[in-house]
Amino acid sequence: MRLPSYRYRAPKTVEDAASWLAESPGDTMLLAGGTDLIPNMKRRQQVPATVIGLRGIAALSRLDTREGTDIGAGVTLTTLVRDERIRSKYQGLWQSAAQIATPLLRNMGTIGGNICLDTRCTYYDQSFEWRQAINFCMKKDGETCWVATSSDRCLAVSSTDAAPALMALGATVRLVSALGTRDLALGGLYANDGMSYLTRRPDEILTTVHLPEPAGWRSTYWKLRRRGSFDFPVASVAAAARFDGDRIIEARIVLGAVASCPLDVPAAGTRLAGQVLTDDLIAAVADDAYALAKPMDNTDFELVWRKKTVRSLVASALRELRGDDMREARVRLARHPLLVVS
Amino acid sequence: MKLRLTFTVNGEPAEALVDPDKTLLEVLREDLQLTGTKHGCELGECGACAVLVDGQPLLSCLVVSHECQGRSVVTVEGLTVDGRLHPLQECFADLGASQCGYCTPGILIAAKALLDREPHPTRDLIREALSGNLCRCTGYQQILDAVEAAIVRPGHASARDGRGGQS
Repeated sequence: MRLPSYRYRAPKTVEDAASWLAESPGDTMLLAGGTDLIPNMKRRQQVPATVIGLRGIAALSRLDTREGTDIGAGVTLTTLVRDERIRSKYQGLWQSAAQIATPLLRNMGTIGGNICLDTRCTYYDQSFEWRQAINFCMKKDGETCWVATSSDRCLAVSSTDAAPALMALGATVRLVSALGTRDLALGGLYANDGMSYLTRRPDEILTTVHLPEPAGWRSTYWKLRRRGSFDFPVASVAAAARFDGDRIIEARIVLGAVASCPLDVPAAGTRLAGQVLTDDLIAAVADDAYALAKPMDNTDFELVWRKKTVRSLVASALRELRGDDMREARVRLARHPLLVVS
Repeated sequence: MKLRLTFTVNGEPAEALVDPDKTLLEVLREDLQLTGTKHGCELGECGACAVLVDGQPLLSCLVVSHECQGRSVVTVEGLTVDGRLHPLQECFADLGASQCGYCTPGILIAAKALLDREPHPTRDLIREALSGNLCRCTGYQQILDAVEAAIVRPGHASARDGRGGQS
């Protein structure tokens, strides 16, 4: 499978990248680690005329933990999981990044790339010939959404692991274009639409992820996948809570892989504020999340079962935040311990 | 227009005039005749094409040729020094860790990268480090055994990038 022809440009600064992107944003794409874009180009899912390679921009690879944490969009997932400050301060982010793909792919893939990861679908992530045989789908070259043929929007699934974890931790992102800079809450970057899943304009570059100081916060990430060693999520839960002793002051729960965007569960935050995590409260919050999750038949596993797993993933996440020893449960889920080569 | 690619391959300067749309994997196999690195899934899912780039194991099927300019690449051919196999290669041969052999080059590269960072990994850590390399023949036990055996094998040879060598 060969790459289609494309023009390659390698800027040294974000400013150059932004001005080159502005020349023709509709048919230019940004290349960071390449683990998402390159397979998509080979399968002709994404066919940019111009590719702007970002790896030469040093500013995008900075990881700064002086005031809160600023993670350059080009920081690789390996750099992130090897960073002790990330591991100790933002456990949920560490757990999510450590469960993305494999060590080889994490050496290449970046945090910005995972945040912008193309939505995925059984009918989309296929070779050109396979897609041609079904007359393509709405997301690329076709008109019908084969997941639900009456759907007027694409139902491809958001498959980023890092984004739910970052949203639970209150992350903001910076977008830079030739017209200026804007910061927004990470949740605001997403829309529940498999095709237009990012609110990022085509002329904008995601440059930085900012996390606030995590004083008092605990966070966790639970992921269900076919192979515990290497797979996209089919359901996931990120939870973060700020504690005063045993009592929660504020909390956020974000679901992954059950919609076309990471799904915030606002009812969970309301229900958890001011409370102590009892088993009954955990069950009620798990029900809130279950009610909101809307997995579609667009990835691995049966969708009704996927929806049911959200309840137990939320319960596991909250029990871990409470301080329960969940190591055995994690091994049962993934069939191996969560560890990385440091 | 062709791309003039100047980089280091297995410790020696290399120059090639390549089709700019090629991946590093295609350049290695087709322009430099280094066919030890294998074409597997071509989509970053199998690990057969792993090579070291600046000391880090990457999937060469996902690296565009433009981004190899000036970098140092080590392929499975580069693990052998002066005709002597790397201890990992010796252990793979001794313990039958290679059956059809297609996944072996990628696994050797991933295992070398692991031992360069962590000379005494646990079995779980070896399993994690090789989790991106699929083998459809051996069932992995012999592969894990061979990497474990290489940990204690004396005379660890260095790959020609100058980064290798331990124990």
